[in-house]
Amino acid sequence: MANLIIILLFLVIGYMTGTYFEKKHYRSIQERERYFVGMPARSSHWKLDIPSGIDVTLVCGGVVVASDYFKNFAATLRNIFGGRMSAYESLIDRGRREAILRMKEQAARWGAYEIINVRVETSTINSSSNKSKGMPMVELFAYGTAIKRSRNSNA
Amino acid sequence: MLITNVETVPNKVILKHFGLVYGSTIRAKHIGRDFAAGIKNIFGGELRGYTELLTESRAEAVKRMMQQAHSMGANAIVNVRFSTSSVAQGAAEILVYGTAVMVGEHG
Repeated sequence: MANLIIILLFLVIGYMTGTYFEKKHYRSIQERERYFVGMPARSSHWKLDIPSGIDVTLVCGGVVVASDYFKNFAATLRNIFGGRMSAYESLIDRGRREAILRMKEQAARWGAYEIINVRVETSTINSSSNKSKGMPMVELFAYGTAIKRSRNSNA
Repeated sequence: MLITNVETVPNKVILKHFGLVYGSTIRAKHIGRDFAAGIKNIFGGELRGYTELLTESRAEAVKRMMQQAHSMGANAIVNVRFSTSSVAQGAAEILVYGTAVMVGEHG
């Protein structure tokens, strides 16, 4: 009985704090995405003509995210019936957007106006085979080549 | 040392190829970080300790790759790719690889 109460308490706490932080995070993501709207991150190589007089560097951004207790519980239920795991979808989505934003922030500090050839990758940090600690911990990582106009160019 | 993840360095020509260079590192998290992450698993969200850990390891992997390229006499690395794999419970391998080249000005 006491165990059940503790689990319920964790569920309620997980749900409340998890939802609160997710909303807050989404607001922050949207705000920063609007700010970086002028710095496109493209997954293609170049524009057709390579502008002369530019400098390049590698930029990257990463974030490790974990699900909350409630999401974990919801996902366990979903595992029985199958279908979309919307609890995890939003988690991975905001992690990925955060990783791309961090990459853009690094590029902006360096003075870039564009990032090309962006690659995004996802990797699991803890192995899912261990059931007792089977909390999903996922790293989202984005990297690309930042471009800026070089200072000593006369172009 | 110039590092890009496209095939060339813009406005420069590749004079010489040195072949594949790579750097890798395997890091484990310490128990304090593990404990903090366990608590964080109730509330969800970002695990800053792990983010830091992976950022550090990635910087080290890149450094090793650069040392290897430098010892070959290269001055740039192109077509860089990252990859991560978890080798054991609580340990992640970071691998970064690319092609070491010598670049120079046009003409």
